[in-house]
Amino acid sequence: MATTNLKKLSEMPDLLSGGHAACPGCAGPIAIRQILLAAQQDGRKVVCGIATGCMEVSTTIYPNSAWRVPLVHNAFENSAATVSGAEAAYRSLKRQGKYEGDVAFLAFGGDGGTYDIGLQSLSGALERGHNFTYICYDNEAYMNTGIQRSSSTPKGAMTTTAPAGKVSSGKTQVKKDLTAIVAAHGVPYVAQSGPHSPRDLMRKVQKAVETDGPCFINVLSPCPRGWRYEPGKSLEMARLAVETCVWPIYEIEDGRLKINVKPKEKKPVREWLKSQGRFRHLFSPKNEHLIEEIQQDVDRKWQRLLAREAADKEQA
Amino acid sequence: MAHRMALTGNDSAAYALKQINPDVVAAYPITPQTEMMHKFAAYVADGDVDTEFVTVESEHSAMSAVVGASLAGARTCTATSANGLALMWEILYIAASCRCPIVMPLVNRALSGPINIHCDHSDAMGARDSGWLQIFAENCQEAYDDVLQAVRIAEHADVRLPVMVCLDGFILSHTLEALAVIEDEQVQEFIGPFSRPDNLLNTDHAETFGAFALQNYYFEFKKQQQDAMDAALDVVRQVGAEYGELTGRSYGLLDAYRCEDADVVMVGLGSTMGTAKQAADDLREQEGLKCGVLKVRCYRPFPVDELRETLAGVSMVGVMDRALSFGLGGPLYHEVRSARYGQDGPMLNFIYGLGGRDLSLDDTRDAFRALAKAKQDGQTAPAVHYIGVRE
Repeated sequence: MATTNLKKLSEMPDLLSGGHAACPGCAGPIAIRQILLAAQQDGRKVVCGIATGCMEVSTTIYPNSAWRVPLVHNAFENSAATVSGAEAAYRSLKRQGKYEGDVAFLAFGGDGGTYDIGLQSLSGALERGHNFTYICYDNEAYMNTGIQRSSSTPKGAMTTTAPAGKVSSGKTQVKKDLTAIVAAHGVPYVAQSGPHSPRDLMRKVQKAVETDGPCFINVLSPCPRGWRYEPGKSLEMARLAVETCVWPIYEIEDGRLKINVKPKEKKPVREWLKSQGRFRHLFSPKNEHLIEEIQQDVDRKWQRLLAREAADKEQA
Repeated sequence: MAHRMALTGNDSAAYALKQINPDVVAAYPITPQTEMMHKFAAYVADGDVDTEFVTVESEHSAMSAVVGASLAGARTCTATSANGLALMWEILYIAASCRCPIVMPLVNRALSGPINIHCDHSDAMGARDSGWLQIFAENCQEAYDDVLQAVRIAEHADVRLPVMVCLDGFILSHTLEALAVIEDEQVQEFIGPFSRPDNLLNTDHAETFGAFALQNYYFEFKKQQQDAMDAALDVVRQVGAEYGELTGRSYGLLDAYRCEDADVVMVGLGSTMGTAKQAADDLREQEGLKCGVLKVRCYRPFPVDELRETLAGVSMVGVMDRALSFGLGGPLYHEVRSARYGQDGPMLNFIYGLGGRDLSLDDTRDAFRALAKAKQDGQTAPAVHYIGVRE
């Protein structure tokens, strides 16, 4: 029985070693360590693929690698397709009696490699029904190449390609709802989580790797460099995103949505925006109206999620 | 042992793939490759193969998936044409760098634009620097034979590189030919089992594939690929000879036809070389012109030494290109010229057949006559002829 018991987990060897080159405070490796520990249990081995991006370049600088599980990096936009090929090989070899062993396949990608350039590859692999789990570490911009806006960047955030200027207030478009897009594929398990809540994240990973078929977990991955906050505050940021309902924690299992965390007291989005330098310009008089718009967006989406949960519950 | 079948080029490659019985095939439809995958899908549907057939959503994903499968220790194949190959382009380099012995029939078709579905070699030429071996088939028999040999060549310990088997779109892919095939067991014995001990599924020995190699290592990866390409020259020869012992059809890097006493020799790739052989016969018989044909079977690695040797003493060499390197000319022509550095005689470049424009026997005879005339006139400057193009 797979465990999420922190004491037991602390006795297991880390599967992503220290000494990699991620920035101080980066939430990515924190999430990946939890994910690998959760997945590789009960004799099940993990084989991973990763898209080009922060986590790939910082952990695989030849001749070193921080990964203590097999890993393949192919290119930027094809983590899902590459892992789908490895998974097909596994099924083929196993069926022919050429391989024994129990392997769970994990594909990783950042938001650039998942929401944007890798979306087709992901969609194809989901539709084909490969038995794998795709994990997006979503830091809401192209951080690896220098904080350019992606379709995951939230409205109002400034990036190097959507700067706040005399006539611009950062990114004008809303963040793409990738989790909903993935869910629309009708795959068996889809979830959102964050690195601040290891039990939630690890339970979801275990759920995913134990589920037959394609699964998807979208993990918010706060980035001190890109979001502009003190490196020690990454987990605080993830928590604040949940408390403000900017990043709802939920899962969709066999089409039924369940919200895992409902803040007792929903914090105003203003607190979230205030905590990060990327939103600083919103607090100038000419942009302040945007804060209200962003609050309304968040409220609307949260209400919709609550309504969907209630409807799914009623149908069950 | 062997028997004869009537197969198109697509069918012959599909039949070879069936006999290879790859662990994983990932493919995406594109004309004129489609029928090869229809046939293969039927083999899968009938349980004739053990293959996991991954019907991906693009050629980019086809190549990505076979790289993943190959690195997981599976024997893998795919197939494509033209724009499909262009979409794979990024991953072609990665497949070679990761030393994935993927076998891919490429049904040659003109690259867009304008969009066109017919044969030329612009697709293959775009991939000539990607680190893949490229073998060109003259007919459907060769397409079949080349696909089988490609497995051995790709997986050879001295090579471990992907191989593209090029066959001309429609001209071969959709043309029925009677050809000799060997039995499934003979194929399996010839290719042997695939083994890649360092693979993704070897969880006892976790490795990272496709790592980030910077200034201090990247160059060594590339030099090793070049060394493997150099070694592949011998491997292509050895495998071709061994295949000859099995089937009676031997293969080398080049196929020299009536070159020994030839005054003029035409160099080229693919199905056109069959036409050129006929033209050479005709002109020798009817006009007393001593014509020879030199087919480049193995285009990558480029057999520089053997080509030099074969063309030494030939005073007039023509090169037929079914592709253009814009701003330079025919790519094969320039490579042959470079290989012949220091050898006598000017050379003529014949650009032909782009977008599937037909090259008749008459056109080919005219090209030989142009060579003979240039020799007779004592022409010293190289020249380019565009066959049948309206100015």
